[in-house]
This record gives sequence, structure tokens and C-alpha cells, in this order.
Amino acid sequence: MSGVDRAPSQTAEVCVIGSGPAGALIASVLAGTGYDVVVLEAGPRFDFDSRPKRMERAIRPSHSNDSVWGMGGERDAFSASGEQYYPLNAARAKGVGGSTLRWQGMVMRLHEADFERRTRDGIGADWPLSYGDLRPYYARAEQELGVAGAADNPFAPPREEPTPLPAFPPSYSDAIFAEACERLGVTTHSVPNARNSERYDGRSACVGYGTCQPVCPSGAKYDASTHAEKAEREGARVIDRAPVKRLATDRSGTRVERAIYATPDGEHTQRARQFVVACGGIETPRLLLLSESEQHPNGLANSSGLVGRYFMDHLFAGMGGTLDRETRQNHIGFMTSETHQFYDEPGEGTSGAGGEVPAWKGNSRAEDLGPIKLEFLNYAGPSPVGSALGGEQWGDELLSSLQSEYGEHIAMGGLVGQLPRAENRIALDRNRTDDQGNPVPDIQWSIDGRTKRTLKRANEIQRAILEELGVEISWSVGPEETGPAYHHMGTTRMGTDPGESVVDTRLRTHDISNLTLASSSVFPTSGAMNPTLTIAALALKAAAHLDRDL
Amino acid sequence: MELTRRDALVAAVGTGVGVGGGGVALSITRSEPEEEASGSASAAGAGRKKGVDRELLATFVAVARAIYPSTLTGIEEFVRTYVAEQLGTDGEKTESRRTATRETASELDELAASWHDTSVVDLDPGTVATLLREIGVDIAEPDPSGTIAQRLRFHVVNELHYALYTSPTGGRLVGIENPIGHPGGTASYQQGPST
Ligand SMILES: Cc1cc2nc3c(=O)[nH]c(=O)nc-3n(C[C@H](O)[C@H](O)[C@H](O)COP(=O)(O)OP(=O)(O)OC[C@H]3O[C@@H](n4cnc5c(N)ncnc54)[C@H](O)[C@@H]3O)c2cc1C
Ligand code: SF4
Repeated sequence: MSGVDRAPSQTAEVCVIGSGPAGALIASVLAGTGYDVVVLEAGPRFDFDSRPKRMERAIRPSHSNDSVWGMGGERDAFSASGEQYYPLNAARAKGVGGSTLRWQGMVMRLHEADFERRTRDGIGADWPLSYGDLRPYYARAEQELGVAGAADNPFAPPREEPTPLPAFPPSYSDAIFAEACERLGVTTHSVPNARNSERYDGRSACVGYGTCQPVCPSGAKYDASTHAEKAEREGARVIDRAPVKRLATDRSGTRVERAIYATPDGEHTQRARQFVVACGGIETPRLLLLSESEQHPNGLANSSGLVGRYFMDHLFAGMGGTLDRETRQNHIGFMTSETHQFYDEPGEGTSGAGGEVPAWKGNSRAEDLGPIKLEFLNYAGPSPVGSALGGEQWGDELLSSLQSEYGEHIAMGGLVGQLPRAENRIALDRNRTDDQGNPVPDIQWSIDGRTKRTLKRANEIQRAILEELGVEISWSVGPEETGPAYHHMGTTRMGTDPGESVVDTRLRTHDISNLTLASSSVFPTSGAMNPTLTIAALALKAAAHLDRDL
Repeated sequence: MELTRRDALVAAVGTGVGVGGGGVALSITRSEPEEEASGSASAAGAGRKKGVDRELLATFVAVARAIYPSTLTGIEEFVRTYVAEQLGTDGEKTESRRTATRETASELDELAASWHDTSVVDLDPGTVATLLREIGVDIAEPDPSGTIAQRLRFHVVNELHYALYTSPTGGRLVGIENPIGHPGGTASYQQGPST
């Protein structure tokens, strides 16, 4: 026995599977309303006091970054048989708090156009919801996560109330960028961060460790362990190290009756009236596929055949180099300025007193572009401690290398969204099993031409800004070098037609009446904004529907 | 530049030694224990009391003198304080780390004895640096269960570099007052270079 009670709850009304932001928020809302809630979480509960040691692990080169939160091994085995490799275990964390334990914490609302991609551009899919439908939930999500932001972004969608915390002031290098951008007619603005600019919700203000990704030792960066703990204070049970292996329906086949889960002490069965799967964009479709039965031979909630299909991620575009002056990087581990000027108008040029960002050459439909989000990094170039630990020198020799290496780096990043395509999917690899004997997820992924074109355009804008600054450009990440931003979307898409989608606008599956899926897996089209604020807003919406049904 | 005990405590506390729950703000303003505040002898004493022996501390100091920049002063006290905080606490994990570090350090001593006829602590910093290079520590990948070169890199050299370059003094040497790994607040990132 492990000494922890992982036996099922006898009286549970709601069973939530996964304790990332989606699951933890729903659990805390419903427990707060008075329901009997049990959360089953595959990963462990991490001790808050272990975070400084995890930070050391993250900084010291002898440990892989994934090991900071214990990712890897049989439990997390996967395949990636697509055209493009997908590094899944760098892209998630398992434990109470989910992937937010290691996330960056940038939290933007999607734009109105993101909900209407097909109507506006004849491409992708429309959401069955509008920005207006989600707007009140966005505002609540910002309160829950403790967003630090400002109203200085002229490209952001309309909002009625300010974020709960003031934005982090711009960095010294932001000011360098802002001048160059102004000369080109590009507007820069603050970044909404799920990170305490002041003490909030019992958590510390940011103290500048600079290791936000993968671990914030102070707890200033939001992670969903906050809501898991709130849920527990409201009476919910959060059972860690309890991976759900499959869901079983009742005889009618239309309601989930049981979740079968493993623990260190053996297998258990949890019953409940309502089930919420909130396992992230990969494990959510996988659990449905693993729950195949005689009644549901293609997996649960999969009459459309679309479970696992339309997998999307955001792709990174970046460029950087050195300047002939100090840029003061690596004091903090997060960003304080961006420009969303090219989000709704990615092909448009700009001009100012000093020059221009040229317009995109081909603006015909066949040459169209997706939204672009551009970032100004505060952590360009190597950090002294990183270089010292990885280098082959020491003493005065090391110090003079560090001195010449540190100081003048500068860089931009950016995100571009993929369109949904059915061939990009999460399937089961029946030739490989995890530590529970279940087939592992197989990520079949590729990057389409429009996404590559948009990455090229992002690089074009980045180059114009960096050249205006006089940066000696030494690296770039574009269509050839790009990698995923670790935002798993689209794999159980939302829609009104049960033949074309998996869940409805309440996030309830079309097929199974007491099964809710809370995740970016329901996004029909990705946009180019980091997804978690939208995940949180959808989770709050789903919680409201569950409350009504219960 | 002068390394202070405060640097060492800040660096050690930054890595979590003796920090309570949510105790970050606490940790940087944490007052120093009285018996440790009066200099290196009592700091070493405090270390011994918590279970880091004098020989191990002395080996760390000898290696630090060889691998830290020559402009630094206050190395002995800094290292003694840091190592005592890192390896001197109770607990299974610290115990096994302490044992592994001690074993690695005594292997270094054996090599010093056979190549230079004396203990590491009696060698001058230049000779210690040469010895470490001869063993291959400079080019070794840090690995707690690898070759002697890899273990020395992991348990001793990188431990010392981590302590130094996540401390404000180490950062300042390079030009960053709030280095990665140090909770130096949110003012410095906004400030331009001091002229
Ligand atoms: C390095 C990195 C940086 C990121 N930066 C940002 C950012 O800046 N902004 C942003 O918006 N997003 C960011 N993200 C993405 C963000 O972390 C996710 O969007 C978010 O955590 C998803 O929330 P979720 O609750 O849906 O899933 P997750 O947070 O992934 O949580 C799912 C949980 O379910 C558990 N689980 C899975 N399968 C089972 C099972 N069968 N049984 C029981 N439990 C199970 C998992 O262990 C996990 O704890 C980043 C991600 C990474 C990896
Ligand atoms: S910079 Fe702030 S948010 Fe990031 S790790 Fe440090 S304290 Fe946490």
C-alpha cells in the first residue's frame, strides 16, 4: 500500500479526468457549488518545496528538461509516424496542475475572426460559437488565472473590464524594439501574462528567477495546482497517480457509467453521474479511442469517425542576432512586449518616418496567409550560468568568454496557426503499449503549405524590424527549421452537426449524454494565440452547463 | 570582486536548501543564523555539525580557487557556506548526494597523491587546475554516475559554477545583476546599462 487512499468515491456526482487547467477549473467550480467531485490524475502530486531543486535540474545540463517534471519512460511512450516528428514529451507534463507546471503563461483571447475563418477566408472551419459567446467567460478566466495585462493593445478584441493585475512594465530591450518599430509604423504593446505582477490569490509576486519555463519556484506564474487545491478545499478529492485506462458505458450505450483507473495499489472503478475528460489534446482523444467496446467499436463518442482527427499546433517563427550595444537579456524568463499588428492583416505592409515593412507579394486567395503573433524576447542568447555549466573553460578564461558572449543578443519570436486537416491525427499504435498495457498514441503530423507560407511572412516582418535596428542577424527559424509550440488542438472538434464534429457548444459529446470534453481538442480552427485562456473560458462555460444538468 | 556569505546563502537558498513552503521572498531576506554569522571558522563548524566533513569542504575550496576567476575574493567563506547549505542538511537525497560527492572527492585526492605526492588541498590553484585538466574534467559531460571526470564535473565543478553564476556577485562579473536562478526582483530587467 502507498499510504494514500486512492479508492473510488462512493458518492461522486462528477468524475473529472485530468487536473490541468481545464479539469482543475471545472472541479473547483463544481465543488464550490456543492457537488461531490472526484478528480483522477495520471501523474503525481508535486511538492511545492521541491521547486527550487527542479529549477536547479532545469539549469544544470546533466538533466533533460523533460525530467524536471518526470516526463518520459514507459508511462509516456508514444509514436510519431507522420511526415514531421512530434516531440510529445517536451510538449506536456503529467501531474496535479498538468502542462501548466512547465508552461510559459502567455494568455491572450482569440480574435473575432478566429471564430469565423471559413466565413471570412473560405478556409478551415468556423467555430459554432462567436467571440461574443465566449467573452464573459474570458473575463472570468482572467480573474481565475490572475492575468496581468493592460488596455494598450489596439489590435485586441473588445473587452469590458480590465485584467485583475497591472501589466508587467516593458523591458529595456522592449524599448529598443519600440523605437525601431515606430520608425516602421509598427505598433508594440504589452503582453497579458498569467503571472503575478503583484501578490494575487495567495501567491507571491514575480521575484525574477527567470526560469518560468519549465518551473517557477516562487509560484508567481499561475499553474493549475492552484485550482486543484481550491477544489480540494471545497471538498473535492484529487487522486494522483491514477491514470484512467478506459471509460465504460451502461447497457444503453449512451451514458458513461464507470471510469476504470490504475493506481499503485491496483485497479479501481469510479462511478459518477457526469464525466469530464480533460486530459489535454492528445490524451483526450486517446482515452476515447481506448474506450472502444462492442457498442462503440471505433471508440467512444466517435460515430463521426473524427476522434483524433484535425490535430493542429502553432508553429514557431524566430530570428535574432547581436546589436552593437547592451540589450540586458535573461533577467526574467517571460515576455513583456509583442505586436499583434499582423494578426488580422498578416499580408499588409506598414510604413513610418524611417521606412516600411513591405506588404506580402501575393495576396490572392491561393496565396493567403494565416494570423501571425509576433513577440519580442527578453531572453535572447545564452545565460551566463548555462554557458558556464556547459563550457570547456574555467577561471579567468571562462569569465572572459562569458563576458564577451553575454550582453548584446536580441531576438524576436512568433506564432503561426495551422489549419485543420483530417490527415493530421492522433491514432492508437497497436504495436506498442505503455506501462498499463494500452496502445500508445501515434502522432501523425505534417505542416501544410499555407502554414509554411505564413512562417515565411513572419520571418519577412522580423527581418525588416531587426534590420531597421541594425542587428547583425545570426539565426532564423522559418518554414524549414520550425517546430511546434506545444499547443494540442482540434482532435475532438466542436460543431453543431454530429456527423462533422465530436462535441456540441456545451462541450458535451454528441453521442454520449453525460460526457463532457474540456480541452483545446474541441477547437475547430486554431488561430495563432496561445490557447490556454480559451481553454479556461471553455472550461468555465462547460462547468456552467454541467451545473444546470446536475 | 568580493563574494559574500550573503551570496552563498542566496545561491544555496535559491536551490531550495532550507526554504519553507512558498518561502521565496522569505528566503532572500532570510536572516543568517547567529552562530554562522561571524566568519569562516564558525561557518565550517556549522557545516560539520550538519554533516559535511572538514576534508570535503577543504576540497571544494581548493577546486574553487582553481576554477573561479582570479579577481574574486572571499572564496573560502562563500564555498564553505554554500556547500554546508547544499550538502549539510538531513534527508535521504542529501545523504546519498553527500556520499557520492565524498567518494568523488576522495578519488580526486588519490589521483593528486599518485601524480603530485600530496593532497588536493595542499596543491596551489594552478596545479589543481592542471590536475583537473589532466583528468579530463574540462571536457567531460557532467554525469553523477559516469567516469571520475564526469563525476567531478557533476558533483564538484558544476556545483561550484552553479553556485557562483546564479549568485548576484557572479552575475555582476559578467554584467547581469539578476542572473537566471537568482530571485533578484523585477526592476533590473527594465533598466538600461549603467554607464
Ligand atoms: C513548454 C510549454 C509552454 C507552454 N506555454 C504556453 C503559454 O505560454 N500559453 C498558453 O496558453 N499555453 C501554453 N502551453 C500549453 C498549455 O500548457 C496547455 O494548453 C494547457 O496546459 C492545457 O490544459 P489542459 O488542462 O487541457 O491539459 P494539460 O494541462 O495537459 O493537463 C492534462 C492532465 O491530464 C492528465 N491525464 C492525461 N491522461 C490521463 C488519463 N488517462 N487519466 C488521468 N489523467 C490523465 C495529465 O497527466 C495532465 O496532468 C505550453 C505548454 C508547454 C509544454
Ligand atoms: S521570472 Fe517570475 S514567474 Fe518566472 S520563474 Fe521567476 S518568479 Fe516565477
